[in-house]
Amino acid sequence: MRNPRHNLKSPEQELRIFRVRALLAAVIVFALTGLLMGRLAYLQVVQHEVFTTRSEKNRVRVEPLPPTRGLIYDRNGVLLAENRPTYNLTLVRERVEDLDATLTRLVEILELPEEEAAAFRVRSRQRQRPFQPALLMSDLDEGQIARLAVNRHLLPGVEVEAQLLRYYPDAEVMAHALGYVGRINAEELGRLDPGRYAGTHFIGKSGVERFYEEALHGQAGLRKVETNARGRVLRELGRNDPVPGKDLTLTLDKEMQALAYELLDGRRGSIVAIAPRTGEILAMVSAPGFDSNQFVTGIDVASYRGLQEDLDLPLYNRAIRGHYPPGSTIKPFLALAGLAEGVITPGETIYDPGYFQLPNDSRRYRNWLRWGHGRVDLERSIAVSNNTYYYNLAHELGIDRLHTNMTAFGFGTRVGHDVFGESAALMPSRDWKRERYNQPWYPGETLSVGIGQGYWQVTPLQLATATAVLANRGDWVRPRLARRLGEEEVPVALPDTPEDIRLENEAWWDRVFSGMEKVISGNEGTARRTGVGLEYRMGGKSGTAQVFSLGQDQKYNAEELAERLRDHALFMAFAPLEDPQIAVAVIVENAGGGSTHAAHLARAMTDAWLLEEEEPDVEELREAMEEDDGSVAGN
Amino acid sequence: MALNDLTRAWRPHPVRPPASGMSRRRGLWERVHLDPWLFGMLLLLMAAGLVVLYSASGQRIETVMAQGIRFGVALGVMVVIAQFSPATLLRWALPAYLVGVMLLVAVELVGDMGMGARRWLTIPGVIRFQPSEMMKLAMPLMVAAYLSRRELPPRLKDLLACAVIIGVPVVLIAKQPDLGTSLLVAAAAVFVVLLAGLSWRVIGVLAALAAAALPLLWMNLHDYQRQRVLTFLDPNSDPLGSGWNIIQSTTAIGSGGVFGKGWLEGTQSQLEFLPERHTDFIVAVLGEEFGLVGMLAFLLLYLMIVSRGLWLAAEAQDTFGRLVAGSIILTFFIYVFVNVGMVSGILPVVGVPLPLVSYGGTSSVTLMAGFGILMAINAHRRLLPR
Repeated sequence: MRNPRHNLKSPEQELRIFRVRALLAAVIVFALTGLLMGRLAYLQVVQHEVFTTRSEKNRVRVEPLPPTRGLIYDRNGVLLAENRPTYNLTLVRERVEDLDATLTRLVEILELPEEEAAAFRVRSRQRQRPFQPALLMSDLDEGQIARLAVNRHLLPGVEVEAQLLRYYPDAEVMAHALGYVGRINAEELGRLDPGRYAGTHFIGKSGVERFYEEALHGQAGLRKVETNARGRVLRELGRNDPVPGKDLTLTLDKEMQALAYELLDGRRGSIVAIAPRTGEILAMVSAPGFDSNQFVTGIDVASYRGLQEDLDLPLYNRAIRGHYPPGSTIKPFLALAGLAEGVITPGETIYDPGYFQLPNDSRRYRNWLRWGHGRVDLERSIAVSNNTYYYNLAHELGIDRLHTNMTAFGFGTRVGHDVFGESAALMPSRDWKRERYNQPWYPGETLSVGIGQGYWQVTPLQLATATAVLANRGDWVRPRLARRLGEEEVPVALPDTPEDIRLENEAWWDRVFSGMEKVISGNEGTARRTGVGLEYRMGGKSGTAQVFSLGQDQKYNAEELAERLRDHALFMAFAPLEDPQIAVAVIVENAGGGSTHAAHLARAMTDAWLLEEEEPDVEELREAMEEDDGSVAGN
Repeated sequence: MALNDLTRAWRPHPVRPPASGMSRRRGLWERVHLDPWLFGMLLLLMAAGLVVLYSASGQRIETVMAQGIRFGVALGVMVVIAQFSPATLLRWALPAYLVGVMLLVAVELVGDMGMGARRWLTIPGVIRFQPSEMMKLAMPLMVAAYLSRRELPPRLKDLLACAVIIGVPVVLIAKQPDLGTSLLVAAAAVFVVLLAGLSWRVIGVLAALAAAALPLLWMNLHDYQRQRVLTFLDPNSDPLGSGWNIIQSTTAIGSGGVFGKGWLEGTQSQLEFLPERHTDFIVAVLGEEFGLVGMLAFLLLYLMIVSRGLWLAAEAQDTFGRLVAGSIILTFFIYVFVNVGMVSGILPVVGVPLPLVSYGGTSSVTLMAGFGILMAINAHRRLLPR
């Protein structure tokens, strides 16, 4: 163009060069734009038909992939909740050439009675969106699935669809502790993260299934599928795998659980067993149970009403929601409170004439033994379950100190770590009464509380927990149901564990334990029959909870009352005395005196846990209890 | 200085006293240093872009509002930058360039990762930005500033200097890795050199060298970048992976036909088959719903903007202004060409948005800042001695 060797800066020449280059650039811009336009015209005019067809045919849909719910095992790895694949037979009518022939062939292959073909025909005619599968039959067995697979080529349009359903192998025994899953309802749908629950139809409704819902559920995945214009999946284009829920290993021992349920023998009641050192709940039974599998598939109205209207309240989880007056089972705790507060000393005795009287009050608060136990010290007061001793103790303590000391054992609080729906029951206090009844606290009410009656109510879980804390000499562990979640162990020390109970004198624990041992092994013990042949040292305490109050000085015979008005039998125990491995609380509703019925059950539980031998003979035990029932020893 | 320019901008113009109504209106545009034609076409493009975005975002008005706010910011940036005189821009070219390079080094050292690349620089609580965006403007300014002080056409010594000026930031950006942006930045600089009158012989030699260097470039590409090129050569080689977008976007465009399926009616677009349909692949939505007619209308609008830009560049009164303006408008065109070419399947997939239509904040602001420079160069020319 020009001489490149020139030395002067020439604006005119620069302008000229620029304009030439800019013009060239404009030409190139126009050419490239033309190229784009040509390409677009090619796509949108020449190839239009091809792409229209492709666009019509191909659609992309995102389908949720629900995660597999975590399995639940007992402490020994026994499966308690599994996911059962169920297979459903479906049929897409549009893809079937000859419906009658196909249905006839299906009935043959499935080895069903011929009249089923008619039912199939009805179901296949159900109104459906085009190409949506109609359900012909659910829960196919393995043989049927295999035969269908072999004959698949003869059955265009027939498909077997898999769906995972929760299944509880020991539903009745485990129902209350495990809880169950059920269909997600409208309220739950409102609060759930739709992404997490995409494609999931079930959610934990109660128990462990509810408490560990988040971990058990996992995270939904997605898959991108190409479908034809009618919504039929042609192929999978990509997927984002779901994160399966974590498996849960419980502290429960299935054998202990089953034994406890068997021991209750259909009676209304509850048994809770805890390993005191770790707080692990070994058994937590509420009887009667129910078949929780019914709730998974969706219970029918009649069955549900049946369960709800059952007088035995099978749906009611007595272990954590049942409110029972603790009766005499709390005497060891009150004894400790008296020692801690300096109200009593271990060697000090009182004289029991058979009743206690408040100063300036003529009302007599009766011992259960009408003529009295005479001289009673701390150990004997527990062994014979003397009431007068505890009337006196409670009176000296007063309700405020009594409330504080009992709350320290967990009474009136929710003690469980991962127990869904637990009740705090009631540990009465001055403040509570003012708030509830707008009345002052009367001294007489303290006396009732002193023998575990009156307003005081406990849950079986609370009683078992307090027993475990007692067995630990005051060291607190929160009872828990989960041992391991996925790979993660649940630690023994949990946050917000209540403060340990410390006594000035460690020997006081031994005195109380000694009294509790005499309940079972002493010759005056209220549960001495239960102690026969005991192979280890065991401490316990019986209790009777009155279903309703009886008038003063009115003697009654439990057998005269309707069965449902009989006293509840309670027993709490731990063993072995020197190194506690198990703490148990037993409540049998309307069973009469605790020392007979409930104590046998408690011992059966400790035997099963501590002794290597085969399962205790429940039949033999029952016979022993029948014999005892005639001769009630005390409360 | 800059402040001085700003104050001067609002003073009555001494050269051209308003005479008639027509000239008064022209006078207003001159006073705000904006080109009415370019300004009007950009507004039209933005408005049309928002309409397409509404459909492409799955009819989310929030997305459209967010984009509208970004457009507002971008317009503000453009108007402010248009107030600077070319002389100021010339003075600021070197500092801007140096700061840009330092920020790119900072990104390399302390930048944030995002999507497998280190592109972002965060000053906690203050701002988070991509220095590579700033380089898109600093680069042509710097190269033009350098060359405009030399005699033109550039001599070999100057070309070597330019190679260094261009090379450092381009390599830094490519290392992030952000091949698309590094190529755009390089293109902006190369346009300056080409417009400055690089001799055809040198162009030929460089083109030959570039062709020879292709295998070397290939060796240094990341796997995903290589995959994109391979996919471009044969989309059906990986129809479910990286070929998926191209197959689906061509299907969308092709099925749109001459008149399109209608706004919000695109089955391909509305059925969410495209992962980036509201950003880089928005042309697929445009093509499907508005057809060839809509596509041609958009391309014509872009063509008119580019033509107007080139015209303004040619009208600029000094070499610096011409080079910068020409480079900015040609880079703008490259965006359009690469994006539409990519979505319609004649170029490999590169992360380049469709200017002022694709959803995204930073690129809109950078683009409008570029137009601000263009207008500054144009509108201030009468302040210079003729």
